[in-house]
Amino acid sequence: MSQVRKKRREAFLLGNEAVVEGALAAGCTFYAGYPITPSTEIMETMARRLPQLPDGVFLQMEDEIASMGAVIGASLAGRKAMTATSGPGFSLMQEQIGYAAMTETPLVLVDVMRGGASTGLPTSPGQGDVQQARWGSHGDHPILVLSAADVPECLEMTVTAFNFAEKYRTPVVLLLDEITAHTREKVSLPEPGDFEVFSRPVPTMPPEWYKPYEETLRGVPPMPPLGTGYRFHVTGLSHDLLGFPTSRPEEVAALVERQFRKIDRFFHDVQLVEHVMTEDAEALVIAYGCVARSARLAVRQAREAGVRAGLLVLKTLFPFPRSHVEKLLRSCRLAVVPELNVGQISREVKRVNEGYAAVRTINRVDGQIIAPAQILKEIA
Amino acid sequence: MAEVTQLIHQYLRHNKKFPLVFCPGCGHGIVLGSLVRSVHALGLSKDEVVVVAGIGCSGRIAAYVDFNTVHATHGRALTIATGIKMANPGLTVIAVMGDGDAFSIGGNHLIHAARRNIGVTALVLNNFIYGMTGGQCSSTTPEGAYSHTSPMGQLEAAFDIVELTRAAGASGVARGTVFHVKALDGLIAAALSQPGFNLVEALTPCFTQYGRGNGFKSAVDMFKWLKDKAVPLEAYEKLEDKAGRIPIGVFVKRDAPGLETRYAAMRQRLLEKRGGAA
Amino acid sequence: MSASSKGQNRVVVYPDWCKGCGICVAFCPKHVLAPGPDGKAVVVDEDACVNCGFCEPHCPDFAIVVAPRNGNGVNGRPNGKSPATDATHGKEDCP
Repeated sequence: MSQVRKKRREAFLLGNEAVVEGALAAGCTFYAGYPITPSTEIMETMARRLPQLPDGVFLQMEDEIASMGAVIGASLAGRKAMTATSGPGFSLMQEQIGYAAMTETPLVLVDVMRGGASTGLPTSPGQGDVQQARWGSHGDHPILVLSAADVPECLEMTVTAFNFAEKYRTPVVLLLDEITAHTREKVSLPEPGDFEVFSRPVPTMPPEWYKPYEETLRGVPPMPPLGTGYRFHVTGLSHDLLGFPTSRPEEVAALVERQFRKIDRFFHDVQLVEHVMTEDAEALVIAYGCVARSARLAVRQAREAGVRAGLLVLKTLFPFPRSHVEKLLRSCRLAVVPELNVGQISREVKRVNEGYAAVRTINRVDGQIIAPAQILKEIA
Repeated sequence: MAEVTQLIHQYLRHNKKFPLVFCPGCGHGIVLGSLVRSVHALGLSKDEVVVVAGIGCSGRIAAYVDFNTVHATHGRALTIATGIKMANPGLTVIAVMGDGDAFSIGGNHLIHAARRNIGVTALVLNNFIYGMTGGQCSSTTPEGAYSHTSPMGQLEAAFDIVELTRAAGASGVARGTVFHVKALDGLIAAALSQPGFNLVEALTPCFTQYGRGNGFKSAVDMFKWLKDKAVPLEAYEKLEDKAGRIPIGVFVKRDAPGLETRYAAMRQRLLEKRGGAA
Repeated sequence: MSASSKGQNRVVVYPDWCKGCGICVAFCPKHVLAPGPDGKAVVVDEDACVNCGFCEPHCPDFAIVVAPRNGNGVNGRPNGKSPATDATHGKEDCP
């Protein structure tokens, strides 16, 4: 029997359900959302799980705008909080994402991408929200955008999303797609201690010394939960070090610069990629999400056929992992970027290419997946 | 009376620029004073009070008071307030909003906050106009009133904030005016101490953007109008000619626990079912 | 808060904070206040004040203080200096 006890707990989960396991492992105790296909299982699982926690809160709000508002409020009150949605809801959330970025409120937003613009193809996969995730909210602001390609990665990347959100005081978008979210796979459930879990820095100085938006060594100011004696002002207006609105050019510029710097200085930490046989690759595939899964098989088949193929899986989409991509582009003759959109990451690849390799795209916007054979045809 | 102003100064952030950003004669400062006196009267500590404000003139109130203050996005103050209250029910959460904020762009959030009866106090500063953007009609602009976006007179009907919030299921609904400030103090204090969602509508004149275009000679004139037109609810009901008169007072007072309380009870039930602490 | 008789009160308007809206002037039952040359309220007949309690909470800019003369003065500021410039008024006063 002792053997049984040592055995890890495993479960056969949907990608969406794995997100919940990851969130709970990362310390998430607050979820607010609005039902939307194909993300709903995240919400439904949260509705069952969170009330079981001593301080867990689950809220179904009246729309996605309200969901983001509640998540921001909970985060300000000290909670690790998240929401999940899909395209139309993601569009509604954009203003609040900007507010979270401006006020440096940590939160995690999972966008399970479906096909098409507008209502599009609610039950089919797509990857059309990639640039929106980066630039959807108005004005210049930093944001982290992550992705996951299979069910265990849904769990792992949700933990990473929370860690980044807390470490850098920023909203983090985790982009999934309908295929990844609705695939059921075996996942080993996390035990305490499996993942390193970060929580936001809190001030240790007396409240009267605290400046909520002060420059720090890492650029990330400590953030006390509301109601703990540090009474300060939070606003979406451009603000000074004390959090009060300002339009003084030097104060406004300093704020924006610090907000970008706090992430720019840690590219090595936040830009996550996975290399698959890239060391000697001549033909490189750059992929993310469910397409990376097809690409993995295609690359293996190409190798079997004698082609020196390799795969770079982008786990971080933004800030775009430029140095990783650039380095491989210098050494390969061909880079293929398959995507379920008209070319949203491929434009980033082309942007950093500078003529090193030929960049080819495979684009599919009919709600169908890109099959391994389609990729193999391009690289072999 | 000296204690009144001295008291308010104890709650202001003196590192902010004063006087207040509001126009001369704007009633918003009076509501701010009323809010501070109500909080003080209830003996709440500054640390346990969170003021979430929206966008617009009323939104600027938050920065001036030495509580935990959040200046939200336009219309979304109640959503953030809901998140804060659910995350930490021990806090006293007050959402300060204007009429456009609460009933136009944020109308959906308001009726849902009332329906779920979240333990937040909504303080709606109703001046019948979008003041900060320069005087456009709002969802409470009276029919026939002039504004920059109703230059021929407002054709649409105005929301009755009290009736709307009552229908949506709030624990408490009250209306006061900045002329009847002592009564307003009482209404806000009562709203803060009653569980569930409580809304106080404070009628506050905007001479700059509303009054000038609608036949008022001065800010003082608008205060006189409030004095003449507003009638305590009990007296209003006895009036034979109610036309043009505005009832003030407490319209709804329901003893119902807030969502945060019901949620905590549900969690406790689940815990007991699992054989946890009784 | 109870009204006291005439000649018992000190009325101070902080000119730095007064915006001259005229509310206090218009509604003062004893005409203690009048518009000054710049439109801001000035005290013209302090002895007439009965401490009725109107002007102080109705001042949108917290610029008026009325206090009994035999009390502790007007927030220690009989000269009408605005409170923001007063070093004695700090956070330590807070409850």
